[in-house]
Amino acid sequence: MIKIANSQLWVHDQDEALAFYTEKLGWEVRVDATVPELGNFRWLTVGPATQPEFAVVLMAIPGAPVLDDETAEQIRTLMGKGFAGTVFLTTDDCEASYEELRARGVEFTEEPTDRPYGVDAGFRDPSGNALRLTQVKDLAQFATA
Amino acid sequence: MAFVPPARHLLRARDLADARYFEPLTVDDLARAAGLSPAHFSREFRRAFGETPHQYLLTRRLERAAALLRTTDRSVADICLSVGLQSVGSFTTSFGRMFGLSPTAYRAAHPPAAAYAVIPSCVTRVYGRPVHRTFREDSRATPS
Repeated sequence: MIKIANSQLWVHDQDEALAFYTEKLGWEVRVDATVPELGNFRWLTVGPATQPEFAVVLMAIPGAPVLDDETAEQIRTLMGKGFAGTVFLTTDDCEASYEELRARGVEFTEEPTDRPYGVDAGFRDPSGNALRLTQVKDLAQFATA
Repeated sequence: MAFVPPARHLLRARDLADARYFEPLTVDDLARAAGLSPAHFSREFRRAFGETPHQYLLTRRLERAAALLRTTDRSVADICLSVGLQSVGSFTTSFGRMFGLSPTAYRAAHPPAAAYAVIPSCVTRVYGRPVHRTFREDSRATPS
């Protein structure tokens, strides 16, 4: 069976992203490895403690020779505009998670709202990546829709 | 500390429009959120997102109004005020211009969309926003 292990997110600053995903979102660091022979490439992954088989890779935008300046700048701009990716999260209690994250200084772009599929809120990481926080109602009812 | 891309500050302002559209928010408020002067902000916002902050805020309010028309039985005047617009007359005009139907005709044409229930609300908001249109056909019409 094929499963998801990691998914990559561009970030403008790995330290700032790490602080956000661990201290504010409450995730754990999975791997933080800097490799001198790869030009100090830093493989940095984080994930929720309750889901050890999945991690998000917080990837710095590389310069030459991996990316030419123009491409790196395009990614940086797209990320800053919030178009470089979205992470969809689920929670048992959207309102409680919202209060918890807000108390830690997370700025929400959308407060918890009741939707047909559940209760749903939205926020961003410091780089501009969108995160959704959804308390999903019974999804089975949509399975055959 | 790595360099924060300038677009991130503009996104902060756009997020403010998305989060607080129901308040009497102005372009000046958005400019403050981006830390730029209003004139500079409007130019930079348009360069980054292809439309002026005024257009973005207005179409966000109209998108929210359209959603309320589809999913509630609240009156047009009530919906107008609850999306942060003050004048029902100009709301009706802008709505008709951008959706091609009056608010009441739009409501009648869109019965509650339970079939779309599985689509996340962030998608509804992003894809439901109308294209800004002015009275002039000229697409290069000077933005306000």
